[in-house]
Amino acid sequence: MATVSAGPIANSLTTGKLPKGAVWMTLLGSWALLAVVFIFVQVAGGTETFNLIGAIFLGTVLFDILIYVMSYLVEGVRRATDRLMTSLVATAFIVALLPLISLLYTVILNGLPRMIEPSFFTQSMRNVLDDGGGALHAIIGTVEITAMAAIISVPIGLLTSIYLVEYGRGGLARTITFLVDVMTGIPSIVAGLFAFALFALLTGDPGYRSGFGGSVALSVLMIPVVVRSSEEMLKLVPNELREASYALGVPKWLTILKIVLPTSIAGITTGVTLAIARVIGETAPLLIISGLTTSVNYDLFSERMATLPVFAYTQYANQGVPAINFTDRAWASALTLILIVMLLNLIARLIARIFSPKLGR
Amino acid sequence: MTTGTAGKIRAKARLGDRVFSGSTVVAGSLILVVLAAVAIFLAAQSIPAFLAPAGDLPNDAPNFWVYVWPLVFGTVWAAFLALLFALPISLGVALFISHYAPRRIAQGLGYIVDLLAAVPSVVFGLWGVTVLAPMLQPFYEWLNTNAGWFPLFGGDVSGTGRTILTVAIVLAVMVLPIMTAVCREIFLQTPKLHEEAALALGATRWEMIKMAVLPFARPGIISAAMLGLGRALGETLAVAMVLSPAVVVSFLLLTNQNSNTIAANIANQFPEAAGIGVNTLIASGLVLFVITFIVNAIARYAVNRRKAFSGAN
Repeated sequence: MATVSAGPIANSLTTGKLPKGAVWMTLLGSWALLAVVFIFVQVAGGTETFNLIGAIFLGTVLFDILIYVMSYLVEGVRRATDRLMTSLVATAFIVALLPLISLLYTVILNGLPRMIEPSFFTQSMRNVLDDGGGALHAIIGTVEITAMAAIISVPIGLLTSIYLVEYGRGGLARTITFLVDVMTGIPSIVAGLFAFALFALLTGDPGYRSGFGGSVALSVLMIPVVVRSSEEMLKLVPNELREASYALGVPKWLTILKIVLPTSIAGITTGVTLAIARVIGETAPLLIISGLTTSVNYDLFSERMATLPVFAYTQYANQGVPAINFTDRAWASALTLILIVMLLNLIARLIARIFSPKLGR
Repeated sequence: MTTGTAGKIRAKARLGDRVFSGSTVVAGSLILVVLAAVAIFLAAQSIPAFLAPAGDLPNDAPNFWVYVWPLVFGTVWAAFLALLFALPISLGVALFISHYAPRRIAQGLGYIVDLLAAVPSVVFGLWGVTVLAPMLQPFYEWLNTNAGWFPLFGGDVSGTGRTILTVAIVLAVMVLPIMTAVCREIFLQTPKLHEEAALALGATRWEMIKMAVLPFARPGIISAAMLGLGRALGETLAVAMVLSPAVVVSFLLLTNQNSNTIAANIANQFPEAAGIGVNTLIASGLVLFVITFIVNAIARYAVNRRKAFSGAN
């Protein structure tokens, strides 16, 4: 199938190459072959259901071998390696997509029926023992704690990035850059333990829990993200703008406030929104410092506060009877959380697209 | 420029300038303070655990280090396995997006991979324990029967699939987006002239990538791997939900006796812990903090040191 010597005159442009479409035909062929094999296995009773993933996976492996051998025989070793790597790279992409598809499918399938019940957004879990109830208390907690974390981290992160870009020279700036990088890698649970240790020492209460502690823990995680993204955005502001401002006699601080920040505000807002999206799904620190409650608690500074991720986790981890009520609520919370995060990501992209300054025209 | 007197012109010191630059310095220094505070407060709360007598610690451990050793092992082992899966895949995905996919859809594909990063860890945990583990269990059984001679696949196979291998796969999926994003950025920064020069010499696409892109990107790949490792080391809820833990040090991949990780152990134990138990958990958190700090510092050091030899200049 791979030779081109059929005609009387070999076309010098296509000799030594696999014919057009050979790759796709081989791929479909290998999948079909393995599908047949697995159907036989199923008929023979080896597996209960048709193993689609196995067929596609092994079919792809067979395709990789076939395409290498065919290309090796016709086109030589260099092009064969190239074709092999191309198919491996494409396979890696497909493999990376499979979990995402499976995860979204599962969450939507399990979470949607419970989420669209109105009680999910209008009721808390107060006095709910099995059926019913909702995540109102957890949604309120998540919104309050995350908003507080943003109020703490945005000024600190933004000022730090201004320092790094506009003022920082020498040792302190280098140390801060290094430590911000290191801080990016702090495990979220360590941030939770830190907030707990801090407040337990300050209040002298070994069982301390509050929403504000959660905000502090989330800020530790959020500040480095804000610094990193704002720094990148400030660096993008052309130096000519600053110099033009200085040339007009504008002081440095006004230059930053009136020229640099307005130019980069879209990028900074995008960065902040993405940072919020990152911390809003954090579970571990809130599990430790904010705890869980079944009632609505509006006060950040006293008592336990439920949050969506912790609610989802505990509904799954401490199932009652019948379990289906609890797992349903867990999946519904998970779906709500994903929707919130995706909405934030979408908003961030929209801000970036709409408000970014029109340069280069 | 000035004649005779002072050698340098000093700008007029304005109040606004002083206040503004002062506040930025304070904000920057606050980061140092926060990081120091994290270390100090964790250390202060851990001291009772380090000094605790034999009978007080959980798991009947004679001292803190005996208690924490299986956890450290589990943390590193799970993260290492996750990196083993995630690194080749993320390299492939990043290459696919940067050099193989058609230009028009490449950015959209990038967004799709970024979507994975938007999924909270608790959702990965739910998915891992309800979908992935039952799906992999028959495969584990098959592996155990047919490849049990291989040391890692030996032992009694788990009936639920909640093994350290499943955890590693979930972790790999979770660190994939960050590693892909870093690798993709680096691959895209490869000088176009290098790539075109390689192609002009008759290199195939893979040879061009091998000669021009990968050498240029090596520090970035190391950095991506270390970032991924840091994430995997600290991941909590997904591990806590998927793994069926035991107090052992075991390399076996398919049993239900797995070494727990530090983070998952804290999440499991903390809500019920009291007294010295809390201090012990905080002390183990301090150990985790030190491990991730070292990994991240090495990553930064490697990247900064190798930048000069990256071939870009």
